[in-house]
Amino acid sequence: MEKNEYLDLYYQMILIRLVEEQAAQLYQQGKVGGFLHLYIGQEAVSTGLISVRQPQDHVITAYRDHGVAINCGVPSKAVIAELLGKATGCSKGKGGSMHMADVKKNFWGGHAIVGAHLPLASGLALGDKYRGANGVTICMFGDGATNIGYFHEAVNLSKVWNLPVLWVCENNQYGMGTAVERASAVSEIRQKAEGYCIPNSRVDGMNIMAVREAAQQAIDRVRRGEGPYFLEAITYRYRGHSMGDPERYRPSDEVKKWQENDPIGIYRHYLTDQKIATEEDLDHIEVQVAAEVQEAVRYAEASPEPAPEALFENVYVEA
Amino acid sequence: MPKITMREAISRALWEEMERDSNVFILGEEVGLWGGTYAVTKGFYDHFGADRVRDTPISEAAIVGAAIGSAMTGLRPVAELMTINFAFSAMEHIVNEAAKLHYMFGGQFILPLVIRVVGGGGRQLGATHSQTPDAIFAHFPGLKVVAPGTPEDAKGLLKSAIRIDDPVLFIEHATLYQVRGEVPDDDFNTPIGKSKIQRPGRDVTIVTYSKMLETSTKAAEQLAREGIEVEIVDLRTLRPLDMEPVLESFKKTNRAVIVEEGWRSYGVGSEVATRIYEEAFDYVDAPIQRVAQKEVPLPYNRTLEQMALPQVEDVIRAVKEVL
Repeated sequence: MEKNEYLDLYYQMILIRLVEEQAAQLYQQGKVGGFLHLYIGQEAVSTGLISVRQPQDHVITAYRDHGVAINCGVPSKAVIAELLGKATGCSKGKGGSMHMADVKKNFWGGHAIVGAHLPLASGLALGDKYRGANGVTICMFGDGATNIGYFHEAVNLSKVWNLPVLWVCENNQYGMGTAVERASAVSEIRQKAEGYCIPNSRVDGMNIMAVREAAQQAIDRVRRGEGPYFLEAITYRYRGHSMGDPERYRPSDEVKKWQENDPIGIYRHYLTDQKIATEEDLDHIEVQVAAEVQEAVRYAEASPEPAPEALFENVYVEA
Repeated sequence: MPKITMREAISRALWEEMERDSNVFILGEEVGLWGGTYAVTKGFYDHFGADRVRDTPISEAAIVGAAIGSAMTGLRPVAELMTINFAFSAMEHIVNEAAKLHYMFGGQFILPLVIRVVGGGGRQLGATHSQTPDAIFAHFPGLKVVAPGTPEDAKGLLKSAIRIDDPVLFIEHATLYQVRGEVPDDDFNTPIGKSKIQRPGRDVTIVTYSKMLETSTKAAEQLAREGIEVEIVDLRTLRPLDMEPVLESFKKTNRAVIVEEGWRSYGVGSEVATRIYEEAFDYVDAPIQRVAQKEVPLPYNRTLEQMALPQVEDVIRAVKEVL
């Protein structure tokens, strides 16, 4: 990797962190409606993973989707505008926090029903296989999604049809407030892939370089036509499941312990230790990102509300 | 015009569309090697191959979910669910995904998708396999719901369903597959969202669709012998619902009976009757009657099952009630 590529990853991780912190503020100000699930703490997973995809590769994820959107190339201003429900949002203000997408960037959402997007991922991959295209579908979901039937139906189908899917479980230790070991018969989630004869591995999801390496190997295998692959990334969300989570289910020193293992801090140390970047380089990026986020908020707040006519638009393609 | 069965009509529509467009493919349980549990796709596997006639596991959420995902990439899947009762296992993907993705992402996602299902009672399959829950699916904006009652409409509507860019739930009736009717040989499309007058008459309007078109037609034939001329409007599409021919007919007859196979409560009849009252109240000469399934889970016993399903005599009684 060139220096600028390393720095770009740092930029993306900081951008996610600051967009999410900004989103929390906007939520507290009453400017964001509905639910808001923050990606803070998990930045290395999506950033590392999506940094090794090729443009033809599809990405689909669950409702904790702002970071994934940013990694896929959705401008931060379109993300924040969507949070504010504006016409300039990436889903024209009709989707909200949980339903962001940008088909031009091959980012297929943003799906709010736990596990329900996994069968769609099998379908995206089927589309590529049917046409003989060499795309890989990257499907991200939480540990909680592996307990619902859709997971098992989708994963089974992907193996039966040998579909080019990379299943990525972001194991952030909790499905809402229920710890993995209280909800899943196996707490090492990747073992579930064994039941479908799908090759699998586990990676430290707080370490972006480890995620990149694991993801690159997995994507290469899938692209070679070896069928689906299952990657479990061990990670942690610092904030509650969503805004308003009382967080009675975990001790605060547990959060602190994970924060000492912060994905941005780890990457920053890596970049300076390896003499890839200087502290000044990285500080400069943080200033740049802060300015971008400020501008994104300004843009989103100045953007128009959807026109009343939009209410009835896009119910059908053909009226 | 040649007479063919409903089964042949549906099969030909699929065959012609697959020949026309290589993006059209079929997926579902037993659609391939078996040839379709209702033999609709018999011969398809050998002709089109395993990639385009895809046997799936018994896995309805995966069938509909994968159909949606592949449709998003521009393919035109025709997903077959063995019966509409199994669609409940894919309810999430039908109503929360197929019906919503185009709207929810601001028009970015296009889902040219058909979900074929087989519904209806009358074959002693018991309560879980005999339902007519069409109205449930018609409740959701974003989904188009089509339920033909004649072979000609089945062919023309299925071809349209495959060609349009919206998700369509295509409801076939299990006891109509052997029904014969005239079907043009040429490549025709019947527009979705258009009701049709299937039998002209001046005295009473019957509004119906699918299997109950047959039942209503038999009732109309008997009534005609008594000098009562029934006009039958076939909805053909439940959503979007085309009320124009219904209202036009009602303004002429001022009397209506709505005949559906599903349960009465919250059903198609409730919707159609309300719309008539809303839009043609001044033309009402008698309270609108509804003929529908008795409010019980459909029993296995043949006599009990037939008692629960709407019969020709029920339709005749309702027509006489409004006269």
